[in-house]
Amino acid sequence: MLAWFLANFSAMVFYCLAAVAVAGAVGVIAFRSPVHAALSLLGSFLAVAGVFVLLHAEFLAAVQILVYAGGVMVLFLFVIMLVNVRTLTGEGQYVRRLVPAAVVLGIVLAVLIGVGVVAGGQGAVADPAALTAVAGVPLGNTEAVGWSLYRDYLLPFEVVSLVLLVAMIGAIVLGRKDLGAKEGA
Amino acid sequence: MTTPWMTYLLIPLIKIVVILVVLILLAAYLSWFERRILAFMQIRIGPNRVWPKGWLQAIADALKLFSKEDVIPARAEKLVFLLGPVLATAPALIVFSVIPFGPSDLLRLTDVNIGILFILGVASVGIYGIILGGWASNNKFSLMGGLRSAAQLISYEVPMGFAVVTVVLMANSLSLVKIVEAQKAQHVWFAFPGWLAIPGLIAFFIYFICGVAETNRNPFDLPEAESELVAGFHTEYSGMKFAFYFLAEYANMVVIASIATVLFLGGWLRPFPNVAALAFLDVIPPIVWFFAKVAVFLFVYIWFRGTFPRYRFDQLMALGWKVFIPVSLINLMAVGLGILLLGGPR
Repeated sequence: MLAWFLANFSAMVFYCLAAVAVAGAVGVIAFRSPVHAALSLLGSFLAVAGVFVLLHAEFLAAVQILVYAGGVMVLFLFVIMLVNVRTLTGEGQYVRRLVPAAVVLGIVLAVLIGVGVVAGGQGAVADPAALTAVAGVPLGNTEAVGWSLYRDYLLPFEVVSLVLLVAMIGAIVLGRKDLGAKEGA
Repeated sequence: MTTPWMTYLLIPLIKIVVILVVLILLAAYLSWFERRILAFMQIRIGPNRVWPKGWLQAIADALKLFSKEDVIPARAEKLVFLLGPVLATAPALIVFSVIPFGPSDLLRLTDVNIGILFILGVASVGIYGIILGGWASNNKFSLMGGLRSAAQLISYEVPMGFAVVTVVLMANSLSLVKIVEAQKAQHVWFAFPGWLAIPGLIAFFIYFICGVAETNRNPFDLPEAESELVAGFHTEYSGMKFAFYFLAEYANMVVIASIATVLFLGGWLRPFPNVAALAFLDVIPPIVWFFAKVAVFLFVYIWFRGTFPRYRFDQLMALGWKVFIPVSLINLMAVGLGILLLGGPR
């Protein structure tokens, strides 16, 4: 009993977390109140962080909570509360024309995942050892992420940071334009 | 002798219960100490009646809050209103699972290799308790308090993170135990790293001030400013729900004090670990050193409250964004450069 419990413990935790993540994602579009939807998304983020921990990707889990749960969602809630939308009324929140497109995309995604699992077999599941080792030497997830980002994929990483910088400058320029116009008027 | 049940379930459970009980008692008594120390600073007497000499005041307050009527405002969002105090308190208590109180395995629940990131992440979730509580109360003052706290916490998390990364650079690890061990190996406290004390002191100062802001304490207690917001986000909370917010605030003070102790003041190490002549101080057990340092921080918190007037909101934002973030960023780069050129504070 105990041996079985310990052997299957991570699988049980995974199914619980997966269920919470999916339920949270559904809640985001199902809830009428924007604050409830945001909370639902928060639950989904936290469950995904739990899945990262199960895969021994502790660094990713911590960053997931720190950035998405602690930063992005707080700003979302901040904006929702400033605008103070209590509940969405009417049917306006669903764009009915896009329902067929959503169905088609869903089927395509399911087929892709199915093909991946069938073709890859066990290989489709991420190998936890690669997430915690540098060149075969086990060091820890943080070190492994650091090495692959700053050594193996340095150029793509720098390109991405440049793109983010451009986006940030763009946001600042767009944000200031309004302010300047108001002050001028 | 040690069966899996004991190692995986029984021993951690006992540790969890001990840590929680100690922490909750500490938080309750911190409120009593605060009232006594503030009274002393303001030449009053403070709570001294509940037998003996007011020592049971904290217990009496807890019993009072237990027995009070639990009011939920008529037009409040019930579920979110209930969720608020829970989301505020749980992260503050969870953080203690990775804080090492002493060198042996018995004196901590666990040692995670991303310890400090775990703490930053969990602590950042604690914001929700305040924002949601303020929003769900359906009260303008509460909403304003919640919004203020959201802006404040997001602003002050950034320099706090930079200050923590400075220590991570010096210790070369994210694990709290390894950070203290690195201080032992380098014979320093990271508030005063051997080669150049200034970066360590700046990081320490920024961490502690941001910690005061993160816990909504004076002089940064804008989310609950009594004079303008009628207690801010917890205006509508009563009874045990209010008690949970109270517990969260005081537990968070202990959290910030403990992390500052671990990161900057050598955790359980004795003072001046580089001076061999002070080795006789080692007769005092490490856990005593740890809690003595935490107690100093907690006293400074209360001292702040007795000393400084409250900041204005624009001053608070300007201090965070225009002073702390640039200073901590430059400080971090200076430490990185120093470690690169001088081979680190070893």
